[in-house]
Amino acid sequence: MNKGKTSFNMKMFTRDANFVRLFIVFIAVFIACCALKGSQFLNAGNFESMVKQFPEYGLLAVAIGLALLIGGIDLSAVYIANLSSIIAGRFLIAIAGEGASEGTVYAMIFASFLVAVVIGILAGALNGYLISGFGIPAMLATLGTQSLFWGFGVVLTGGSSMSGFPTQLASVVNGSIGFIPVTVVIFTVACVVVGLIVSRTVLGRQMKMYGTNNKATTYAGLNNMKLVITTHVIAGVLASLSGIIMWGRYSSCRADNGSAYTMQAILIAVMGGVSPNGGKGNVQGVVLAVLIIQMVSSLLNMFNNIPSACRQIIWGGLLLAVMIFNYVVDSRAKRH
Amino acid sequence: MNLKKITKKTEFYIAVIILVFCILVQLRSGQFFTNNNIVDLLRSMTIPMMFCVGEMMVLISGGVDCSFPAIASLSMYFVCTRMDGMFGNPLPYFLVAILLGLMMGALNGFIVAKFKFPAMIVTLGTSSLFLGIMQGILGSSEYPLTSALNALGTTKILTATNAQSGLTSELPIHFVFMVILIVATWFLMNKTMLGRAIYAVGGDEVAAARAGFNVFGTRMFIFCLSGALAGFIGVCRASMLLTVSPNNMIGMEMDVIAACVLGGVSLVGGRGGIIGAVLGTALMTIVSNSLILLGVSTQWSRVFTGVIIIVGTAVSAIQEQRRKKKLFVTVSAKPEV
Repeated sequence: MNKGKTSFNMKMFTRDANFVRLFIVFIAVFIACCALKGSQFLNAGNFESMVKQFPEYGLLAVAIGLALLIGGIDLSAVYIANLSSIIAGRFLIAIAGEGASEGTVYAMIFASFLVAVVIGILAGALNGYLISGFGIPAMLATLGTQSLFWGFGVVLTGGSSMSGFPTQLASVVNGSIGFIPVTVVIFTVACVVVGLIVSRTVLGRQMKMYGTNNKATTYAGLNNMKLVITTHVIAGVLASLSGIIMWGRYSSCRADNGSAYTMQAILIAVMGGVSPNGGKGNVQGVVLAVLIIQMVSSLLNMFNNIPSACRQIIWGGLLLAVMIFNYVVDSRAKRH
Repeated sequence: MNLKKITKKTEFYIAVIILVFCILVQLRSGQFFTNNNIVDLLRSMTIPMMFCVGEMMVLISGGVDCSFPAIASLSMYFVCTRMDGMFGNPLPYFLVAILLGLMMGALNGFIVAKFKFPAMIVTLGTSSLFLGIMQGILGSSEYPLTSALNALGTTKILTATNAQSGLTSELPIHFVFMVILIVATWFLMNKTMLGRAIYAVGGDEVAAARAGFNVFGTRMFIFCLSGALAGFIGVCRASMLLTVSPNNMIGMEMDVIAACVLGGVSLVGGRGGIIGAVLGTALMTIVSNSLILLGVSTQWSRVFTGVIIIVGTAVSAIQEQRRKKKLFVTVSAKPEV
């Protein structure tokens, strides 16, 4: 009894250690930003643009983090986001005729948001079913659905970008509640809900158990299929929320918006402490990693002589560096 | 008995599907079995097939390489632009590209073999790294092809003219490279100790180590080989297209991995073969090239690719489950006998 309690506390401690480490990095990056580009970094305009940018890929990072947590991966998240916004966009254009009153337009916009979320649920359920029902490796299943969702997006938009939405759409998504932007509210609420699910509920514990050893969860009598589908449905919902944000921010949708986000989201999730082997991780770590990446990204923007493609070098290099760093720390902790 | 064994193989099913699909397209359009269409197909198969051979070896060894399009693009772009016009012979271009590819592959191999990270995430990371170097530091853009490679690219081994429509299709010399590569890989995988080692490491790493295979060395070798091949194929691609278009290969990794898995190469390693990989690539190429003949808009090609990947992998996953179940039943039934 006593032994079990201490091992649980040990676990809490190591989990916190990762968070503490991230927090130190966060502070260090913040100080570095202030030191390098103080006046440009520390002004309201910069904070405003930073706050506008991170929710869309932050949500994708949490979605992919969930898939990594159960020992899989989700390569289709970005395309779930695009497809759900495209279908919602077509729905909105179809129902919003000329001369509708202000109130009905808002109602229609919210209805189309619901459509987007439903598409996210369906797409996630398809991913989950392919993985657990047929036993297709997660990487291949989501690779196939990536192609599928992307393809449907291309067919629905004719390969170009879709626009001509009511102007109220942009004002809803880009607006703010009090002084907090709507996108940040969406991001915060989603992260709190998913964070509680992962760390405080039976479902979350089962996810981690499944990610550690799915054979053991089978023998423990868990319903693996239900678990995988639920996880991917949550990931799908997060992706569709990200799709809604991108849709509103650009007032247009494309089948291949944000294709670079897949790589960036994997980086953020791994950096946030989600083990790429599955079974370990939490949402608060991922959120901190999102903020760190956003600061680095904004800092890079301030140097005009760095071409934007160099960012890829930094993301790729960082991913490998973080993985190696975690490996070294973990193996040291094991030796003790 | 032998026939039964053949019909149980994935390769057999893929071959049947290819045949049925070809006949379907022929019935619908009457244009499939024309000499220029066949040559066109062989031509567009060349590059994916070579990539697929490299990827197949990585998959069998229990890894996966998502970075080969990036390696191919970067080494191709480097030799074609920084060595433009330096040699009159195409050979040095290939050699330097192979060397660059080898170095990048070695980086992949070292990280995967040393730290035992998931190969997919590592190679996604290095892929981003290599593409960033090409687009950011080298500032890639379209570039004219150097004359030596241009001469190689215009060397044809076959020209087919369709008597009906008057369309001609040419088969470039790279097709020969592809055939040589396939034969060499078959030999490596089936007739050498190294091939055995690759299968053994992919099948069960611990067992392979106990049996005396060098696991680290084998993994390093396979990623180096994959990188070197990618460098070579990158230059092939440029000389086939007769222009240096750096972004042209990005995104091919997914189709190539899918083609391998369709052909029965296991994603967890240890199983698969060159015939399956070749047939898988053939199927993918034939389907995406024949959509126009079927009267389907090219906008649908991505959807079709997705459906092929999902259906193909689902079939092999179900087969795998059945195989496992069978194994389980025979073992558990033994005590009762």
